[in-house]
Amino acid sequence: MSSYLGDGYTLKSWLTTRDHKRIALLYMISITAFFAIGGGAATIMRLELATPAGDLVQPHTYNELFTVHGVIMVWFFLIPSIPSVLGNFLVPLMIGARDMAFPRLNLASWYILLAGGALTLYGILMGGVDTGWTFYTPFSTMFSNSYVVIVVIGVFVAGFSSIFTGINFIVTVHTLRAPGMTWFRLPLFVWANYATSIILVLATPVLAMTLILIALERIFQIGIFDPALGGDPLLFQHLFWFYSHPAVYIMVLPAMGVASEIIPCFARRPVFGYRFMTYAILAISSIGFLVWGHHMFVSGQSMYASVVFSLLSFLVAIPSAIKVFNWLATLYQGSIELSAPMIYALGFVGLFTIGGLTGLFLAALALDVHLTDTYFVVAHFHYIMVGGSVAAYLGGLHFWWPKISGRLYPEMWGRVAAILIFVGFNLTFFPQYLLGYEGMPRRYHSYAPEYQLLNVLSSAGASILAIAYVLPFGYMLWSIFYGQRAPANPWQATGLEWTTPSPPPTHNFAQTPQVTQAPYAYTREMPS
Amino acid sequence: MTATAFDDAAQREHAAVLGLWIFLISELMFFGPLFLGYVYGRVQWSAGFAAASRATDIELGSINTAILLTSSFTMAAAIALRELAPRMARALLLATATCGAVFLAIKGIEYHDDWRRHLFPAHAFYFDAAHAQAAQYFFWIYFAVTALHALHLLIGIGVVSALATRAQQANAPRWELTGLYWHFVDCVWIFLYPMLYLVGTR
Repeated sequence: MSSYLGDGYTLKSWLTTRDHKRIALLYMISITAFFAIGGGAATIMRLELATPAGDLVQPHTYNELFTVHGVIMVWFFLIPSIPSVLGNFLVPLMIGARDMAFPRLNLASWYILLAGGALTLYGILMGGVDTGWTFYTPFSTMFSNSYVVIVVIGVFVAGFSSIFTGINFIVTVHTLRAPGMTWFRLPLFVWANYATSIILVLATPVLAMTLILIALERIFQIGIFDPALGGDPLLFQHLFWFYSHPAVYIMVLPAMGVASEIIPCFARRPVFGYRFMTYAILAISSIGFLVWGHHMFVSGQSMYASVVFSLLSFLVAIPSAIKVFNWLATLYQGSIELSAPMIYALGFVGLFTIGGLTGLFLAALALDVHLTDTYFVVAHFHYIMVGGSVAAYLGGLHFWWPKISGRLYPEMWGRVAAILIFVGFNLTFFPQYLLGYEGMPRRYHSYAPEYQLLNVLSSAGASILAIAYVLPFGYMLWSIFYGQRAPANPWQATGLEWTTPSPPPTHNFAQTPQVTQAPYAYTREMPS
Repeated sequence: MTATAFDDAAQREHAAVLGLWIFLISELMFFGPLFLGYVYGRVQWSAGFAAASRATDIELGSINTAILLTSSFTMAAAIALRELAPRMARALLLATATCGAVFLAIKGIEYHDDWRRHLFPAHAFYFDAAHAQAAQYFFWIYFAVTALHALHLLIGIGVVSALATRAQQANAPRWELTGLYWHFVDCVWIFLYPMLYLVGTR
């Protein structure tokens, strides 16, 4: 039986494929390109911030740079990263299915993402947007002289890619589990993508309509967010964060799923507290819908609402902490091997913990007044999204690379890159916590001279990070041509995906597998 | 592509119906911001919203409501009669699509009247000074939400017509999916009608 990679070599065979594994690769290539664009914008920003004076770019250009960085990284890299690449590739394999429930819709989702990306890039090339990725009204609707309409329509279009992917995952997990694959035998990665899909389906349409309302308000110069008309800009913030806070969980839940696969494998221990891990995933995805108001503590919303949002934000820390403790307990008495994916996974746990704990600072009403719109916030969410989600994405890419490509990546290089990313990341973003605490506001292209030392450290870290991100791109490309051929299960991992050849055949399984036991049946002795 | 992910037709059917339900929930959330915007305005200016609502054309709105309810009946009847009386079922599908088209035609007339009476909020809007601001906000929501509904109805007409042209070949789930979508669009209107036409007692 030929592998999915050998099932047609023409461009057409890729662009019209309905194979979930090939679609995953299409996503991987596209989001890598988007990552390069978003990363390029960040590079120029860090260069500008190396000196206190605004000497590299104009203030207006700087505004456009952080907007491009945010819009591209959030909607065209992070949101589709783990679900659409790793999830697409792995969810059917992990549940013992031949494909996703709606293969054509799956391919359409990719085209829709590209269409949205093309519109957004067109808007950026035409002259850019300076509103920040949050498109706050009334600036975005009445005052900004930039290409807001085309960019919000681009994001609107990309939203449908999210919604359709979410529907596909939910239906696939409900209807296509192999015999014996009960809900509590699902790998945690599948649970995480399932919970993420619920958020995608419920939250994304709210953003979509809100963006349409922005575009209409800008075109007609009238609308429900317009204070001149008695409308309310806060209404926009409520609607925007009703999506954009759960969107953080769209980014981090799948990352948690990846860590939950890698850590048991390289500790040779079953994941600790499997059931509580699943409950925690569901709790995070549901409580996550009720905390959006913590982005608006200083916006003038009701004080009583703020108290409730603060309390709920503290509550969401409980299931998150359960997960962290369970990963640690999984390591206890394990036979730990620090391979590249494991370095990423452990880095994820540590950085997620720091990002999560500093989130509690921001959820505390009084402290948030001091920290709002400072670099503390920037550092906090980058710890979650970059230190957490991007690290997990790369860890997952390494872990499943033998399955995806049929080749082994060079382990030594893998470890070097993982450690460099960890070091570079912390050097970039830890100083930003200190900057924010000392009061440096975000989104300015110049700053007071006393902040320079920490900014130089941050920019130096960013240069390490930039090199470290290019490394995997290089050696993974190399491994496709020169890497050692991978066996079916190079890590002696459990999970149905490892029972298929590397790379898997087009329809995954010759016979539908029968599942007879719980996941993560690891023992400390490595089978020889 | 030879094999699919499904083992049999029943599994495929289950997947399709589940998928559409999830899509409709997503659609409901899509309408959500407009409903929230309405609630905000109604709380802000309850008298103004009542006054603005009185300016809508209640006759045409009520006729349209009756037409849409009838179309849901013909849709449901079509599905019930699919096997018993296929020709009748097909006729009922065409009746459903026709009801939808008549609804849109009446809505078009209503829009034209609204425009003539200066109720379109972005162009030469005029309303009694006491409630002008509330009315402008109200009609912004009115046009946005009814236009979005009309767009959905247009898609519904297309889907029902497509089913009618291939009524014999289409399988049971295809009928059920079409019906689900049609009823969803109808249900949205059932909420819009009191919100837009009935809140102001006349």
